[in-house]
Amino acid sequence: MSAESYAERRQSSDFLLGARESVPIVLAVVPFGLLFGALAVEHGLSIFEAVLMSVTIYAGASQMVGLDLFGTNIAPWLVVLSIFAVNFRHVLYSATIGRYLDHWTPLQRVIGFFFLVDPQFAEAERRVENGEPLSFSWYMGLALPVYLCWIAESWLGAVFASLIPDAHAFGLDFILPIYFLALVMSFRKRPLWLPVVAVSAVASVVAYHTIGSPWHVSFGAMAGILLGALLVPATPAEEKQ
Amino acid sequence: MSTTTFWIIFAGAVLTYLTRVGGHLVLSRFERVHPRVEAGLNAVPAAVLTTLVAPAAMEGGPAEIAALVTGAVIALVGGGMMTIFFVSAAVLVGLRHLIG
Repeated sequence: MSAESYAERRQSSDFLLGARESVPIVLAVVPFGLLFGALAVEHGLSIFEAVLMSVTIYAGASQMVGLDLFGTNIAPWLVVLSIFAVNFRHVLYSATIGRYLDHWTPLQRVIGFFFLVDPQFAEAERRVENGEPLSFSWYMGLALPVYLCWIAESWLGAVFASLIPDAHAFGLDFILPIYFLALVMSFRKRPLWLPVVAVSAVASVVAYHTIGSPWHVSFGAMAGILLGALLVPATPAEEKQ
Repeated sequence: MSTTTFWIIFAGAVLTYLTRVGGHLVLSRFERVHPRVEAGLNAVPAAVLTTLVAPAAMEGGPAEIAALVTGAVIALVGGGMMTIFFVSAAVLVGLRHLIG
């Protein structure tokens, strides 16, 4: 077999592997995509506008926050600022995962970073942690099903807005916290995991009740990250030698 | 579609994309990453994802807390993502119907 066809086979199998790992993410996100579409229409957006938001912004929580503010008399730049504030955590994802993407072409990075949502970041980090290669094919295999389903769900939710059942009765409103908890737990083998989780949890809850949402995310995260940075010796590289 | 709505969505999308490339663009300007920065970045997944769970847990009632505890226990005994997901959701829905 030639090297080229071997590389191609490897690419397509990586893509399929990523697609298979996207299944739990897709399932976790279904109720939120539908809910977003339905809420968008309730808040006076057209179906096209709802879908456009999912296609271009592609960040569930910030889209919901945007919706909340659309109908009000709040200045447009404040709506945009709120979307930015909710998504600010992606800066950290980008810096963290970017360290492992040296083998990607610039174009692959330009495309890849667009899809860097919470579960995408968590799965990519886990893959690095397991010592598996973070190939562009695997990354896109994971990203595309989640992205396309998110768009489709937004559309379905918007079209069938009146048919969306009571999310609370079915536990749909709490699926994402459960899912994020599962992701938090999946990193429990990392050094300092428990102290970081504990500090971030306390800091985010305090911030949630004082400075308010969405700043509790950035504030709580910074507390955990600073702890991680402070507890690690400043010169581990020299010590090893 | 109103032009205001369009510009809000457009600006929101551009800024969101900037957050997703920004961290990498800033970090890649440095030749060497300081070990403390490295350690801080290694704490990012646990730190950020925790902030997405903790307030929801604090605001939640017994059913929500029970669902999260169930999920954590299943994870600790080695259960996979799908198991955590479905068992916790079942606990949540069941308790919500029982407690009301």
